[in-house]
Amino acid sequence: MQIYLPIAETSVNAFTLLGVGGGVGVLSGMFGVGGGFLITPLLFFIGVPPAVAVATGVNQVVASSISGVLAHLKRKTVDLRMGTVLLIGGLIGSIIGIWFFNLMQKLGQLDLIVQLSYVLFLGIIGALMLQESLRALRRSKNPHAPRRKLHTHNWVHNLPWKMKFRASGLYISVFPPLLVGVGVGILAAIMGVGGGFILVPAMIYLLGMPTKVVIGTSLFQVTFVAAFTTMMHALTNYSVDVMLAVFLILGGVIGAQIGTRIGLRLKAEQLRILLALLVLAVCAKIALDLLLTPSELYSISIPGRF
Amino acid sequence: MRGIVLFMVLSVLALLPARSEEVIVGLSQNRVSLTVNYEGSEILIFGAVRREAPLPDDSALDIIVTIEGPPMPAVIWRKARRLGIWVNTESQEVRAAPSFYAVAGTAPLSDILSLDADLTHRISTRLAIFEARGPDPRDAAAFTDALIRIRQGEQLYQELDSTVALQRDTLFNTRVTLPKNIVEGTYTARIFLLRDGAVLDEAETFIDVQKAVLERWLYNMAYDRPALYGLMALGLAVFFGWGASALFRFVRS
Repeated sequence: MQIYLPIAETSVNAFTLLGVGGGVGVLSGMFGVGGGFLITPLLFFIGVPPAVAVATGVNQVVASSISGVLAHLKRKTVDLRMGTVLLIGGLIGSIIGIWFFNLMQKLGQLDLIVQLSYVLFLGIIGALMLQESLRALRRSKNPHAPRRKLHTHNWVHNLPWKMKFRASGLYISVFPPLLVGVGVGILAAIMGVGGGFILVPAMIYLLGMPTKVVIGTSLFQVTFVAAFTTMMHALTNYSVDVMLAVFLILGGVIGAQIGTRIGLRLKAEQLRILLALLVLAVCAKIALDLLLTPSELYSISIPGRF
Repeated sequence: MRGIVLFMVLSVLALLPARSEEVIVGLSQNRVSLTVNYEGSEILIFGAVRREAPLPDDSALDIIVTIEGPPMPAVIWRKARRLGIWVNTESQEVRAAPSFYAVAGTAPLSDILSLDADLTHRISTRLAIFEARGPDPRDAAAFTDALIRIRQGEQLYQELDSTVALQRDTLFNTRVTLPKNIVEGTYTARIFLLRDGAVLDEAETFIDVQKAVLERWLYNMAYDRPALYGLMALGLAVFFGWGASALFRFVRS
């Protein structure tokens, strides 16, 4: 069954959309990731214009993280002060990202920028995940191997403008969290992702936050930045497709429930390797599209459309 | 003096056979609604040739049918390899190109249409596009060729040679398929009656392609009231995201 998308102005198969939403939902339920970094490139592959895929992907992030953030707020596992600082940075980053996005759209280079960012970030994340899970696998076989220290004092803790974050038990400068927030905001606007995959490691390794508040605080920041970025895309380039979003969200929420069940039964380390390989495969597919000689050197863009 | 007037009237009458054959046209539908499950539609164009004088037997009658979607400007990009990756490097603007263009005839266009008539009426795909004048005309042509090639691949431009069926030099019909990726607007169907490559008569009729009610509403809202639209998108996300997990929690307990 074909579905006509009023903003993208093209038809796509409804079951493909539900499949993309559901499949990514299953993965996000299994691994506790938002899945934006998989949804957006999958939308490119099925022919949704990148501008619409990015703006709608970020709207989907709101849906997939809202119930998580509510649960964490109830359990009080959100560092609201840290979350607010990260959020302020995120909003600034989102504005910068949207400006850059619209500039590239005007110059006809948006597709390239979006694809390049995906190759770069999926490549890095996939490689890090693979390395991390291989190490975890080795550790589970050899339990006496030395563990890495989680919290170390580094240059981050010597910057001015210190602030007390009680819930995290930190007394650090506001600049590092602010800058991390800005970076995540830019990624949200350009790539249509929540940015949890950057935020979580940055909070643990760079800011040295305790793991019990990391997930809740990152979800808090991601939800609000994604909501803000959705509004910005809707206001500046009108590229949010509600019809597309509804199908992705429906597939996603059902998939996430199934994924959570599967995730409870399976072995985490081996699954993480699979996820890493999947991320690298998507990265490779986008990279090949940029590297191989395309069968058609020309493309058409219509001013004011996607 | 009277002789001159008579001569003029006679010569005008002599030229009139051009009007002695007229084309009358009908469409199977003149509204297309782009609904949620729109997958394309087939339009039947049919009609008849009305004539006052007896059928001339020295030349063959030909029909050409064109359907043109709303013209729009377009920018055509060409990729080149930069630092190992393929990047859009050059672009050429086309002032107006039909968003959809189908041309069908009783025989291949080159056999039944003279260049003169084509230039006057802009019938062939190539001439239906208003090319931008670039500094290098041959290079500009390469961009226009690419535009036609890409749109032909998407079924947006169709050259349907010999698909118009003409019966007893009077009744004709043809079918044109509008693909699923057409844009909305007024589509013009033009029907040309030709003899010896020259156009004798021309008729025009319109097809109104519109998004269906819901799609129209969403599209208008996205552009006219973006703030409200954005809030609605967020509302839906929150409703489904939170609602679904609440529902699953309820089902489980």
